[in-house]
Amino acid sequence: MDMKKENDSTHKILSDSQNDAGTSEKIIQEVTSSDYKYGFVTDIETDIIPTGLNEEVVRLISEKKGEPEWLLDFRLKAFAHWKTLEMPHWAHLDIPDIDYQAISYYAAPKKKESPKSLDDIDPELRSTFNKLGISLEEQMKLSGIAVDAVMDSVSVKTTFKEKLAELGVIFCSFSEAVKDYPDLVRQYLGSVVSYRDNFFAALNSAVFSDGSFVYIPKGVRCPMELSTYFRINAANTGQFERTLIVADDDSYVSYLEGCTAPMRDENQLHAAIVEIRAHERAEVKYSTVQNWYPGDKEGRGGIYNFVTKRGLCKGDHSKISWTQVETGSAITWKYPSCILAGDNSTGEFYSVAVTNNRQQADTGTKMIHLGKNTRSTIVSKGISAGYSQNSYRGLVRVSPDADNARNYTQCDSLLLSDHCGAHTFPYMDIKNDTAVVEHEATTSKINEDQIFYCNQRGISTEEAVGLIVNGYAKEVMNKLPMEFAVEAQKLLQITLEGSVG
Amino acid sequence: MNNAARQYIDLLQKNRALFDEHAAPVLNALRDEALAALKQNGLPDKSREEFLHTDVSQFFAPDYGVNAARVNRVNNPQEIFRCDVPDLKSRLFLFAGDTLCPTPKPRQLPQGVIACSLREAALAHPDLVARHYGRAARLDDGTTALNTALAQDGFFLYVPQNTTIEEPLQLVNIMHGKQDFMAVRRLLIVLEAGAQVRLLSCDHTLDKGKFLVSQVAEIFVGENAVFDYYDLEESTLETRRVSSAFIHQAAGSNVLVNGITLHNGCTRNNYYVSLDGEGAETRLCGMAVADKRQVIDNYTFIDHRAPQCTSNELFKYVLDDMATGVFNGRILVRQGAQKTSAMQTNRNLCSTKEAHIYTQPQLEIYADDVKCSHGATVGQLDNNALFYMRSRGIPEAEARTLLRVAFTHDVIDMVRIEELKERLRQLVEKRFRGTLDKCAGCRICQ
Repeated sequence: MDMKKENDSTHKILSDSQNDAGTSEKIIQEVTSSDYKYGFVTDIETDIIPTGLNEEVVRLISEKKGEPEWLLDFRLKAFAHWKTLEMPHWAHLDIPDIDYQAISYYAAPKKKESPKSLDDIDPELRSTFNKLGISLEEQMKLSGIAVDAVMDSVSVKTTFKEKLAELGVIFCSFSEAVKDYPDLVRQYLGSVVSYRDNFFAALNSAVFSDGSFVYIPKGVRCPMELSTYFRINAANTGQFERTLIVADDDSYVSYLEGCTAPMRDENQLHAAIVEIRAHERAEVKYSTVQNWYPGDKEGRGGIYNFVTKRGLCKGDHSKISWTQVETGSAITWKYPSCILAGDNSTGEFYSVAVTNNRQQADTGTKMIHLGKNTRSTIVSKGISAGYSQNSYRGLVRVSPDADNARNYTQCDSLLLSDHCGAHTFPYMDIKNDTAVVEHEATTSKINEDQIFYCNQRGISTEEAVGLIVNGYAKEVMNKLPMEFAVEAQKLLQITLEGSVG
Repeated sequence: MNNAARQYIDLLQKNRALFDEHAAPVLNALRDEALAALKQNGLPDKSREEFLHTDVSQFFAPDYGVNAARVNRVNNPQEIFRCDVPDLKSRLFLFAGDTLCPTPKPRQLPQGVIACSLREAALAHPDLVARHYGRAARLDDGTTALNTALAQDGFFLYVPQNTTIEEPLQLVNIMHGKQDFMAVRRLLIVLEAGAQVRLLSCDHTLDKGKFLVSQVAEIFVGENAVFDYYDLEESTLETRRVSSAFIHQAAGSNVLVNGITLHNGCTRNNYYVSLDGEGAETRLCGMAVADKRQVIDNYTFIDHRAPQCTSNELFKYVLDDMATGVFNGRILVRQGAQKTSAMQTNRNLCSTKEAHIYTQPQLEIYADDVKCSHGATVGQLDNNALFYMRSRGIPEAEARTLLRVAFTHDVIDMVRIEELKERLRQLVEKRFRGTLDKCAGCRICQ
């Protein structure tokens, strides 16, 4: 962090170095004044347990959810391990101290019984979803997407479950899965991300409240895109959801995850785990559009998004693909990764990370090549504006047995102001002589020739910047499913409203 | 703090008077601060991000002899002298480990130039040395703190304003002797505005013993000055080397650093370049050819502090057998360092399954009007090129050698001393053909 201090001092000396284009000054002004579109609070009665974390709380969460003994054991083991750990500090992030005792670890919308149909759902809750633009009815009728809406940790309603059940696809909340498919959950829980993995994985494993569970049986191609919407609603509650996706031999699934949170003063902690397991010839596509509350212009409030996401390509010829559009959160700290264990397996990572104001992001991926003929592709696009810090950190590791591994990495950064930072920290550990690994990174500001060209043809600077940024991110946006791509594009524009059109 | 550091702290505390007696007050003045830094940080092991792949504290773990009493270990310098660059007309300085040997018939240097042992300079020009000594070296790195705590002598070069030294200066550093030995060497180089110098530093090991070289170079390059620094190593498997160069560049200066490791044991090179003035330009390149169990770890840090500076970095590794290569290249562009252009390239050839390469380029950018890029690749020789050559009657082994030589050429092409360039080409080719060990002057194979 001493780098930060030094940086501040240079900032003092050089802060008068003006941006020559007066328009961009104005544009930046507009950005900083743009408001968080999703900032509203829903008044739903929530059942919150007191703040603090100890063994009792872990037991209480487990009890409230009526969990079997083995799961309580898992939680307690994780909690015992978590107590031995210290919060890591290696990331290029300035994280204020987090008081883990000041957080409430469980908040569930109060419900007498689980909803039977849409009518049973709290009208408030439904209008929240409507505001978010994911009305369940619409989703069901029009887009054919099965939505599992997780609001403050407990899954409210999963749509299309019956239809999926016909194919044998299991798509339900994690608690339901624990009740209905305990064997499956027990078999795969923690098999990709162990509770010993890291500080936040241990914390999540101890206190996770809910999440989604997906199981695609052998040979089934999931007919629709599965979607979950996470939203943090109650103040001072951390959200600790857990997603487990298992794709059996020859299956395919595309999974979408979207996140928003209302405006809050205090920072809220979000430490989720996503585990994906792809068996022989299975393919899983995981897409995220993350738009948690980023805090205000001064960096007050906002979500801390510390997530462990990892996919295991267990079987030969399997494939896991991560696509993420990160526009929100005060601090984003995550590395969706692929362990390419099966021969001929493929891992992909496509990411657009946008930071504005005082946002910080340290994100990237890890590609661990273990099997023979494994391939991985990494495309990361960072866009920083305002006073934000945006880092790409990635690891490509080729183990001695991973013959003929191939990796291509490209990470580009775009800088939109002279107060922000864009950083790249790639790691390449190559232990096999047949590996071919390539890494390219560039950092630059928007090309003035391109803006001039647009201006010349009657396109305003604002629009031109929008065009250029969208073109810049296109490579990643194209990887998103249609329904999401539209939303993601909108988000990109809202986040950088003014400065990039 | 690790045990490796402990033995040196004890050594210094017990023999403090001896160290002080055989050094100059300017050097002694920094000992306490360096010792405190060493006590606090210890010697770096893998727990530090910058040393992730090489446990440098292990280099220091054995109990080497330190020549604190400055006993003259060489009676006849000619006996140990060895230079692998024939035809090179240079002003020569010969180091036996850490002691500068008197040179017979020294060539005349331009007026005002001071080139002598650091101890001599510190006694004759205490103000000049004190103004620069210890000003660039960063004590937060345990190896530099250790060097500063133990340093007694080294090399000092001062080039006055607008003075050009036409002939390259050459430091030949020889590690020799029957006993295990640790050389603590310190280089202090000051170029005033408009000065021009080329410095070639060659490290050789003559004998089979265990040797450790700890070298810290502090280099101050004044406005519009031009400085070339060629840092060559050709040592043995039992040699450990930790070398740090701290370079400060004023406005308009031009620096070329070329670190070439042809044969070594375990080596850690740190190159810190700080671009302090507008329009400064740096070319930092390096090359390593390693086989057996050699370890070569290059760490570079280019700090763009001023606007309109240019840095260009190129590092290439050819790894064979069970060799390990590490490249960690950090580029920092500070706020206000607009119009910066920073390019970094790292290319690696791995020839066996057991050869490991860890590469870690890093860009940290806090200014927006910049052009920065880095590229890193790990791969093998191009099969098409191999096939092409074989189809024209070139045997496979020969074709491989040719391609490898070609691979390293662009680093050698950066060299701005013709004789050296030519010699390096030959040496690299010999190295790839496996005949380098048998070169003249080497006592090991005789």
